[in-house]
Amino acid sequence: MSKSLVDVPPMGGFSFDLCRRNDMLAKKGVNPPSFRKTGTTIVGIVFQDGVILGADTRATEGPIVCDKNCEKIHYMAPNIYCCGAGTAADTEAVTDMVSSQLQLHRYHTGRESRVITALTLLKKHLFNYQGYVSAALVLGGVDCTGPHLHTIYPHGSTDTLPFATMGSGSLAAMAIFESKYREGLNRDEGIKLVCEAICSGVFNDLGSGSNVDVCVITKRGSN
Amino acid sequence: MGLKAPHSMGTTIIGVTYNGGVVLGADSRTSTGMYIANRASDKITQLTDNVYICRSGSAANSQIVSDHVRYFLHQHTTQLGQPATVKVAANLVRLISYNNKNMLETGLIVGGWDKYEGGKIYAIPLGGTIIEQPFAIGGSGSSYLYGFFDQAWKEKMTKDEAEQLVGKAVSLAMARDGASGGVVRTVIINSDGVIRNFYPGDGLPLWHEELESHNSLLDILNASGPEPMNI
Repeated sequence: MSKSLVDVPPMGGFSFDLCRRNDMLAKKGVNPPSFRKTGTTIVGIVFQDGVILGADTRATEGPIVCDKNCEKIHYMAPNIYCCGAGTAADTEAVTDMVSSQLQLHRYHTGRESRVITALTLLKKHLFNYQGYVSAALVLGGVDCTGPHLHTIYPHGSTDTLPFATMGSGSLAAMAIFESKYREGLNRDEGIKLVCEAICSGVFNDLGSGSNVDVCVITKRGSN
Repeated sequence: MGLKAPHSMGTTIIGVTYNGGVVLGADSRTSTGMYIANRASDKITQLTDNVYICRSGSAANSQIVSDHVRYFLHQHTTQLGQPATVKVAANLVRLISYNNKNMLETGLIVGGWDKYEGGKIYAIPLGGTIIEQPFAIGGSGSSYLYGFFDQAWKEKMTKDEAEQLVGKAVSLAMARDGASGGVVRTVIINSDGVIRNFYPGDGLPLWHEELESHNSLLDILNASGPEPMNI
């Protein structure tokens, strides 16, 4: 490769050349160090008064559990939280970045953040990196337009659903939701259902384990 | 398991013109590899009040393309001072699809009604060609419908005939294509406005070798509890 090509990028936008180089090296048998992933089961449901998010707390590095009690439910705004599955660094970085952008937006507009704003910011960022930012998210919150729950995939596509699961344990958790979810659950029933779903992921998936974190978001507040 | 595969919409999408407007129809299944990520997705998205788009192919790409087109159409409507025509909307989709053909993988059908041309359907498959047709089909399930439409399509149908045709076609494709399923969503656009309809999976006609669905097993599991959610 001639020096001039390396010095000046040909056009604007992210350059994916090194990704091709990495793929070529992987084919030749030179593997990069394995990074810390959150095997994970993350879930969310919409209930009567708002949204409940749940997550397990195991972080894995290949076959080893590197963190037995990591926090996968990230703060985005006082009324919006986001669970993250995939590469731990990617989920942390992307949620921190969008959380800061949302705070600046709140100062700018003087209003409470909306879930759809967080959704659009996350989706645009993930699409721009074409799936290389390996973050699969369940975003939930309550704003002036009501409770919302969305899933965001690493390539940037989103779905809006009344109940959602992501991560390696998502199939086990979805089985629980499909048989037991109904509209208009109250707070206790909702928490119980979310715990059951996470436990199903914990028991049936090797990548999920340890404790269950639950976050309840309503108009009045989150805890 | 292929859960890391990009979110793609196997899909069956259809757009049909009738005497006075258009009917758009789609299934509702979005898959990541072999897992169904969303069994009740809405693949018919709004671009303007009178123009809708059916999306197939990569979920992320098609969502981003429709977001961009909606933004440009909104600006165009403001500058023009009147509702955008279906032709303009379709051409905007075509420009984005064609100019980014190396990076996008989406097949789209744009349909709507405007006061100059009435109901129109434009198909924009992979690669970014634009074709104006009286009816268009797309997605993986459309392979099973070419013969069906050759036989069943006729000019100057009424609104109800057109909607029934679309419903029947999507349900036939769902019966044979593994990547299509869920519910049938239809959108009817004419001079009076837009009507959205929704036909749940168990209400659709049964085709060759299909059995009646029974919820009896779920009833046993939930004998004392409330009904499970039915989509």
